[in-house]
Amino acid sequence: MTNSRFPANRTPEIGAFFRRDRNWHPPAFTPAYKTSVLRSPQRPLLSLDNTLSELTGPVFGHNILGELDNDLIHNLAGPGESAIGPRILVYGRLFDERGIGVAGALLEVWQANAGGRYRHKKETYLAPLDPNFGGCGRTITGEDGSYCFRTIQPGPYPWPNGPNDWRPAHIHFSIFGHGFAQRLITQMYFEGDPMIWRCPIVRTINDRRAIEGLTATLDMEATIPMDARAYKFDIVLRGRRSTLFENRMEGN
Amino acid sequence: MVQALRRLKESASQTAGPYVHIGLTPNFAGISGVYERDLGTAMVNDKTRGERIRVNIRVIDGAGSPLKDALVEIWQADAAGIYNSPSDLRGSADPNFTGWGRLPTDMTTGECMFETIKPGRVPFFDGRKMAPHLTVWIVARGINIGLHTRMYFSDEETANAEDPVLMRIEQRERVSTLVAPRDGDIYKFDIHLQGINETVFFDI
Repeated sequence: MTNSRFPANRTPEIGAFFRRDRNWHPPAFTPAYKTSVLRSPQRPLLSLDNTLSELTGPVFGHNILGELDNDLIHNLAGPGESAIGPRILVYGRLFDERGIGVAGALLEVWQANAGGRYRHKKETYLAPLDPNFGGCGRTITGEDGSYCFRTIQPGPYPWPNGPNDWRPAHIHFSIFGHGFAQRLITQMYFEGDPMIWRCPIVRTINDRRAIEGLTATLDMEATIPMDARAYKFDIVLRGRRSTLFENRMEGN
Repeated sequence: MVQALRRLKESASQTAGPYVHIGLTPNFAGISGVYERDLGTAMVNDKTRGERIRVNIRVIDGAGSPLKDALVEIWQADAAGIYNSPSDLRGSADPNFTGWGRLPTDMTTGECMFETIKPGRVPFFDGRKMAPHLTVWIVARGINIGLHTRMYFSDEETANAEDPVLMRIEQRERVSTLVAPRDGDIYKFDIHLQGINETVFFDI
């Protein structure tokens, strides 16, 4: 079988995924982020080794992608128009915890416009919509896990939580790996943004290094001169065990 | 000192937030013209093999209110119990069935309705057969890391009774939180995030 994710010379891996480090991820119950209070499970999660239901996952081919899907500056803009805001490239690689690039993975992103306003019917922030900006994009990682998209840098915005909480500028990422157990949604922050460390959502994460791992680095070498600056953002999904000497009998 | 393992750490999860629809179901959010249709809304076509069913899902918070801003994904085997995934080496899945669906919960009712087929049985890692089930993944504002659970079928009593995953649930009264009752062709699966009926969620 040949497809974009597994070329003919590569066999799909089927080993179980490494355990999630639940001390690295945010816990479910984080009262400073108020909405989590009524939405956090209180019973312990049931721990179980992966079965086929989690080792497998959906495949997305390049046929789902439109020409402008990875260009948020233009994918909703009128002819000859473009979105307003600081023009940037966001690029990086998708790895697993073993450092292996994850090929053929669907990345979906969404974000506010340069004024910090989302194009959503429930959004009420007074900053105006940009008629040329939708705020969604997607791409599929290459053979080495690399990806790139073009957008404008989103603005920070206030949100109802504490009396004066603001989100740092951020881009939401949804990531599919090769197994459904790798499914992940996270957010990318921007190097040097003073709002990062004040944000109750960022601070649901207890480990400073985990927050730094979500902060993209300005990369002037990857800049397109006179056009767009570049931010590098690598993403890591769960690694998986080798099946070479695997004993899958119950009880071992 | 010893040699370093040189492993990376998984990127930390962050909530999908209230505007998850912009990224994952933009047409539902009112953004038309970027993607032709929202991914995951059509799991079946006219040729899909298996019994057609509908699955109605709600996600209910600790105050008893259904979430009106949640996003639900399901992943399941085809009617023969094969996943449409390169990692399933047991055979070829039904080419007319994706196995993967994604829907937002309705902004008024908090419900979503998947149109799919009943999956076949899939082996557990020791070879015993699991009962037919859907893998369910939930994200929303206020959920810091996506929640994994499963939906089983109320009319599969025999299979459910020998399902190796359901058998792992120590508090037997909680098994019922994963079994959706059937009414006609609709299975109704209420997922309770908290409370006396809190659904069993997995670290898997």
